[in-house]
Amino acid sequence: MSTDGRRRFGMTGNPQPGTDAAVGGATPPAAVEPRWADDAEVDMGAHLAEARIAEVLDALSRDLVALEPVKTRIHEIASLLVIDRLRHGFGLDSERPSLHMCFTGSPGTGKTTVALRMAEILNRLGYLAKGHLVTVTRDDLVGQYIGHTAPKTREVLKRAMGGLLFIDEAYYLYKQENERDYGAESIEILLQVMENQRSDVVVVLAGYKDRMDVFFESNPGMQSRIAHHIDFPDYSVDELMLIAERMLARQHYNLSDDAVVAFRQLLTKRMTMPRFANARSVRNALERCRLRQADRLVAVGGTVGRDDLMRIEAADVRRSRHLSGFSGGAA
Amino acid sequence: MRITQGTFAYLPDLTDEQITAQVRYCLSHDWPLSVEFTDDPHPRNFLWEMWELPMFDMADPSAILYEINRCREAHPDHYIRLNAYDRTLGRQTTALSFIVNRPKEEPGFRLDRQEGADRQVRYSLHAYASDRPEGERYRS
Repeated sequence: MSTDGRRRFGMTGNPQPGTDAAVGGATPPAAVEPRWADDAEVDMGAHLAEARIAEVLDALSRDLVALEPVKTRIHEIASLLVIDRLRHGFGLDSERPSLHMCFTGSPGTGKTTVALRMAEILNRLGYLAKGHLVTVTRDDLVGQYIGHTAPKTREVLKRAMGGLLFIDEAYYLYKQENERDYGAESIEILLQVMENQRSDVVVVLAGYKDRMDVFFESNPGMQSRIAHHIDFPDYSVDELMLIAERMLARQHYNLSDDAVVAFRQLLTKRMTMPRFANARSVRNALERCRLRQADRLVAVGGTVGRDDLMRIEAADVRRSRHLSGFSGGAA
Repeated sequence: MRITQGTFAYLPDLTDEQITAQVRYCLSHDWPLSVEFTDDPHPRNFLWEMWELPMFDMADPSAILYEINRCREAHPDHYIRLNAYDRTLGRQTTALSFIVNRPKEEPGFRLDRQEGADRQVRYSLHAYASDRPEGERYRS
């Protein structure tokens, strides 16, 4: 039998993987001694560069279309954290800012994407040791029988420690009509950990605005422990077109001029229909355009060039059931 | 008498920062950790009570520290140890195990001699603490 890939008991032999990279991580902002003298001047630019925070913020503004209120808010939070770190360097102690957040908005408006970026920003600033994102829903937190919920919620929280816990559709945790629902127990533990382990985990709640408001009304403790409420606005047609262009560019496709017109038509129509999910609907619509393009190319046969393979024609878009007269179904 | 079981037992008790560093080392090697406690630290009693389930898929040492602290809160007068399990083929055993909490007073052990047939003597260790019922040992 081969011993390759086996680890032996002695300290020699195979090098142990992952040691340095994992240990390196970000240092928590807990310097005991003041880093600078009282009359020192600190270069803000150098400090920003040191945390490599600017590139994340730039990437955020560059990669995400529109969402201006969200970007402003994230910039504000990042600035506060930078200043907080500088203050800490001068020995000016202030309470660690509460970083728990609530993202409200329609589906497909970029809540998860922003959460991912937020985790990275917090990691770079040294507020989160790992900066990973754990996405959960009610099913992952709430158990099925008495005594099942607490360990389950705690397990999820522990997995998220050092990173960001993203609770999608958080309002499902609380069921008003059923007071014996285990969701309340889960909320209780969440609150406890959000309060006591503030330095270890950041919790982000996400969901529709109106239902989130109802959720907070019935859970005042949750409302008061979340400092940042960020609302994600819906996209306009122009913004959705921009999103579509970027998605296609990333996959090395492009729309012909006619197809742009047709796609705009499709989006305008689709936006008025129920279950429209903003960027996610755009992605699905594009996926179907790709299918129809492939189908058309195969049907035509003959020779194809690079441009033919990249271009999506108006016909590919117009064959959508939303433009060709059929109705119903999600895009 | 200070109990010396597991790794680091002859060193002064580890601080939380030192425990965190050890945990970080374990996690970087992909060793799941578990917390166990007992008030019967006889050298042959290697099966301690489990505190919750072993922790898999943990990213950060703070999660393990959180469980250790919960266990300390519930059992301040018990011995608590942390085990790291290495599951790689060919190893599949505890890779690291050390005590993270011990009672304030450790009365130690008494040596019992039992006279048998033919002047044969059998020896056994008896922890003074184990005279008291389980859960009340080491309580001051």
